[in-house]
Amino acid sequence: MRARFLTAALLAAVCAVSTGCARKPQEPLVGVYLALTGDMADFGITTRQGIELAAEEINAAGGINGQRLRLLVEDDRGKPEEARTVVTKLVDQQGVVAVLGEVASKNSLAAAPICQARGIPMLSPSSTNEEVTRKGDYIFRVCFVDSFQGYVMARFASENLKAKTAAVLWDNGSDYSKGLSSVFKSDFQKMGGRIVADVTYAAGDVDFSSQLTRIRAAQPDVIYVPGYYTEVALIGRKARELGITVPLLGGDGWDSENLLKRAGEALDGCYFSSHYSSDTGSPVVERFVRSFQDRYSTMPNALAALGYDATWILAEAMKRAGSLEPRKIRDALAATRDYPGVTGKITINEQRNAVKPAVVLQVKNGAFRYVTTIQPPNRK
Amino acid sequence: MQEFLQQLVNGLVWGSAYALIALGYTMVYGILRLINFAHGDVYMMGAYSALFISGWLTAAGAPVAQSPLWAMVAMLGAMAAAGLLGFLIERLAYRPLRAAPRLTLLITAIGVSLFLQNVAQLAFGSEPRSFPELIPSSTILQVGSITLSNQQAIIIAVSVVLALALQVIVHRTSIGRAMRAVSYDREAAALMGISVNRVISFTFVLGSALAAAAATLIALNNPLVTPTMGVQPGLKAFVAAVLGGIGNIYGAMAGGLVMGVAEVMIVGYGSSGYRDGIVFAILIVVLLVRPTGLFGSPVTERA
Repeated sequence: MRARFLTAALLAAVCAVSTGCARKPQEPLVGVYLALTGDMADFGITTRQGIELAAEEINAAGGINGQRLRLLVEDDRGKPEEARTVVTKLVDQQGVVAVLGEVASKNSLAAAPICQARGIPMLSPSSTNEEVTRKGDYIFRVCFVDSFQGYVMARFASENLKAKTAAVLWDNGSDYSKGLSSVFKSDFQKMGGRIVADVTYAAGDVDFSSQLTRIRAAQPDVIYVPGYYTEVALIGRKARELGITVPLLGGDGWDSENLLKRAGEALDGCYFSSHYSSDTGSPVVERFVRSFQDRYSTMPNALAALGYDATWILAEAMKRAGSLEPRKIRDALAATRDYPGVTGKITINEQRNAVKPAVVLQVKNGAFRYVTTIQPPNRK
Repeated sequence: MQEFLQQLVNGLVWGSAYALIALGYTMVYGILRLINFAHGDVYMMGAYSALFISGWLTAAGAPVAQSPLWAMVAMLGAMAAAGLLGFLIERLAYRPLRAAPRLTLLITAIGVSLFLQNVAQLAFGSEPRSFPELIPSSTILQVGSITLSNQQAIIIAVSVVLALALQVIVHRTSIGRAMRAVSYDREAAALMGISVNRVISFTFVLGSALAAAAATLIALNNPLVTPTMGVQPGLKAFVAAVLGGIGNIYGAMAGGLVMGVAEVMIVGYGSSGYRDGIVFAILIVVLLVRPTGLFGSPVTERA
């Protein structure tokens, strides 16, 4: 009798504890994890600006079905292990109904399994590595994937620049850089080009003279450097110092004011693919640029635009879901079609990736200039 | 062939910087039998000092970017700051432990290294900083496609000058003679009236100043400064010192050059993934084949 009572009491206690833990989504609480300090802080900070601007606009327009959207922002210092820690905190302790983040793919890859396991939708604004959304059906992104950026620059190099030969210099410690360079190599060759040098570096390197000496000897028409701005700026300077004059090409990891500051004139005339340009002339973009400038007094970059789009798409999905149940938010996110975002018309496909065009920008006189828009190819 | 020669030039540039750092390791080892693992972080602090000094100079209106003279001022300032730091490290961390077992001293050195890295991260932030373009790069020598930039030439030239100056100090001055005496036999030197503490302090100041000079030179050509930038060069210079025969000044310079060239060649003809691996490969081979290093000398005759 007594034993049975104890068991019952224990069971009751377990139930009480577990219902206490069980999420009761009462308010639209959204977790944000980004690198706000460290090597990639620049990316995280501008993304946060876009996210916060969107949240303010969403709340000014009535919030999520009458409730104010609240953001909980955590800093992961750009480190995958920190990303895991802060996302666990957001999901388990703070009970968010959805998560926005990260910029760098390695951090998204680290945190995605946690969101997937807990059944919390995660929407990355700008992680382009293919693997990110393969982590599960709760993981989404509003940017295009690496293979597309590799394709865009391969096509731009061979069609617009008429390049016949290319060298590739990539970061062998970065999934992002590896992804872009491998697609660039295969697509450039498919388009009739030849890869004359394939060289690697490691993030944190400060001297690239030996890699660039090897590339110089191969005399390519273009050099594809799909890295992050910190190293790319140093690579650009060193390339010019060694007398390499051909254009360097890159991806959205270049898209930072710091690239211009650190590279000086070295990258003038070089091209990279990105998500967005402020001078494409679209009214949606113009309205965004105006309110961003009012709020922060600087020009928004692609990361700010992606953060902004991600937040709006999540908010729209939450509205359409008609409930703050993470499962319903997930289904509504998956049903996003032709959303008129700042970074183009966004449709989420079956792989939970955004299908959208890319822009090619040129570094010119200390600024980024819009060159062209390249549409996704008719392939998966 | 031209590519090979260009790689050789690139390697010599790094090699001469490694040689300067390796001198600090080797001198301290020669005198104290201590591997000062904080030396790489003194190098890092030297780079930050040069960064701040050139910042102040610019703020005060000196046209730093246009003038090698002001770049020299920044370098000398960084050397002075790092010298002071080296003095303080020895005085506060190592001297109280001088009678302790050598392992204690080694562990303390690692502690000091971590301490400096974290202080730098706290004080300067972990975001990498751009080093100002003290001397704008230009090509001063071109043979075929082999180029030598003014910055590379300055790195090599200043390293040679500093190494020669060190030779003069060690072999032609009384403090240099005292250093050699202390290295040979500390107790006997003390009995002969040499102030051992003064000599040890001087050795730290000298080694740290050389590391700061190397840091300024490297930052000039590779303009990025971070709190952990000293770790890899420190490790490589340490291996360079071992390779040359730790405690031996010529050995440190030769070892530095070998390290620089080996590293650049492995990246140029192999893969950048092996860049840091080559260091340990060299270390292992030296320890297996010739533990006393290239210029290995009897254990007692040092510095």
